[in-house]
Amino acid sequence: MAASDLHHAEQRGGDVMLLAAGLFVGVLSAVFTAARTADPLMSAHAMMFLAAFVAGAFALAQYVSTPREAGPYDFGVVRAGVIASVFWGLAGFLVGVIIAAQLAFPNLFYFPDLPWSSFGRLRPLHTSAVVFAFGGNVLIATSFYVVQRTCRARLFGGVAPWFVFWGYNLFIVIAATGYLMGVTQSKEYAEPEWYADLWLTIVWVVYLVVFLGTVLKRKEPHIYVANWFYLAFIVTIAMLHIVNNLAIPVSIVGSKSYSLFAGVQDALTQWWYGHNAVGFFLTAGFLAIMYYFIPKRAERPVYSYRLSIVHFWSLIFIYIWAGPHHLHYTALPEWAQTLGMTFSIMLWMPSWGGMINGLMTLSGAWDKLRTDPVLRMMVVSVAFYGMSTFEGPLMSVRAVNSLSHYTDWTIGHVHSGALGWVGYVSFGALYCLTQWLWNRKRLYSNALVEWHFWISTIGIVLYIAAMWVSGVMQGLMWRAYDQFGFLESSFVETVAAMHPYYVIRMCGGLLFLTGALIMTYNLWRTARGDVREKERAQGGALAPAPAE
Amino acid sequence: MYEALAKFAQTWGLVLFVLAFALTLAYALAPSNSRKFKEASEIPLKDEGDADGEE
Repeated sequence: MAASDLHHAEQRGGDVMLLAAGLFVGVLSAVFTAARTADPLMSAHAMMFLAAFVAGAFALAQYVSTPREAGPYDFGVVRAGVIASVFWGLAGFLVGVIIAAQLAFPNLFYFPDLPWSSFGRLRPLHTSAVVFAFGGNVLIATSFYVVQRTCRARLFGGVAPWFVFWGYNLFIVIAATGYLMGVTQSKEYAEPEWYADLWLTIVWVVYLVVFLGTVLKRKEPHIYVANWFYLAFIVTIAMLHIVNNLAIPVSIVGSKSYSLFAGVQDALTQWWYGHNAVGFFLTAGFLAIMYYFIPKRAERPVYSYRLSIVHFWSLIFIYIWAGPHHLHYTALPEWAQTLGMTFSIMLWMPSWGGMINGLMTLSGAWDKLRTDPVLRMMVVSVAFYGMSTFEGPLMSVRAVNSLSHYTDWTIGHVHSGALGWVGYVSFGALYCLTQWLWNRKRLYSNALVEWHFWISTIGIVLYIAAMWVSGVMQGLMWRAYDQFGFLESSFVETVAAMHPYYVIRMCGGLLFLTGALIMTYNLWRTARGDVREKERAQGGALAPAPAE
Repeated sequence: MYEALAKFAQTWGLVLFVLAFALTLAYALAPSNSRKFKEASEIPLKDEGDADGEE
């Protein structure tokens, strides 16, 4: 007992010293940059980094002077991750509704005096907030939870998991404020400039060390399949992030940099990154959530563990080649386009294998879909996963892509995956984690989960149906010729024709945001330990509904 | 250089993928692994009870 305490103390000393040294170097670099830069944007970011590092030093002093959380697991950082996920989710969905309103009513929501409020700056704010801030925090929080429970080991690295959490969220703040001020390297989903990219690289390497360190000291002989998916997500994102962001800064104290790649090589690198951000961030990571939370919530093991192994290896081997389907009819060699398309079509098989595995986990327990709205949310998310991964290969076919590319069809496709699959499986995990981590027997209200589920589902259906119709219409109008060989419609006519669908899309987004607000209230009351008066008699979350 | 790389990718790449898939299938379906996978699939369900700190 005493020996193990001593060991913990030693380990804690090492990680604290390392972090303190890192913060010291960080403060020096931030002061140096702030003092030397002629770039007001860089100056603003240097001050933010400085403030964060100083705050980090105070937090570290606080951490050292307080006793460690008792128990075999470290769940404090997971709780923080749940709160951050909800916060960024609301922010990201709200900005989404705002930019949808800007597209639907461009005259109403256009303020030339406020450059930060323009669509061009808010759009990356929306995509990064939902994908990296919301999705990223969900992935970090759930991975820290799942790896501890399935390895039966405490998180490795002492204070390191907290560094990952705060460091990642600092990256988000730097990225988000950068977009608003106009800092961008103009790579879609990789907009942050070189210094933010370097910071994320440090955070991500520590994340890998924490995760891998926990897996290595596991008390469980097997590495559960969810951890394989998390590991693939962490390792691949590191590789994609580093390669796609290779760039030379104009000045070591300036915000602007230039990519190492040019022309079609740059395009291919960007979409190798871009599509695998979908494949390994938005798919592999969230499949890990599916493989832990659905069996856990349904109280049944996954339908086929064998299928999960085939699912894992074929998914990661095939996904990495699918990127070129973003570059049909471009300067990219045609064989490379065909290769991207072929691999995209092959992806259908592992994707549907995974979907079947998730859905069939419910076999013999389908009644739980009626009584447990949280489980239903996660199962519907898997159904959306199946739908999006059917649609994606279809759209990657060159002939289909000639109609769908650059149109709203793509936006609809992305949102059926993002709102339906990523959103719903995350909401399911957040409901579960709040209940478990705050040690509550049940949620504040299952009825509110029902409201969340139905309002959001109607929102998603409105959103994706509007974008399908709008996208196909747009594609057809762009390629319609009259008898003399002239284009039938001018571009602005196609824009005007989309107005009603843009309004419907905005309403869909508003409903999705409303659902998330209901969830936030429910989670907050659950964390406080409240149970809705009307539902108090009904017992635990998984108890069957009373016979009426 | 480009031709050679493209040719290599389009021939030996295929062989490599078929082999990798065959290995995965063999590993996943081998009867000798069946107990191991059964145990692994139970991992999420058997970690009850230690949430509050008791081992």
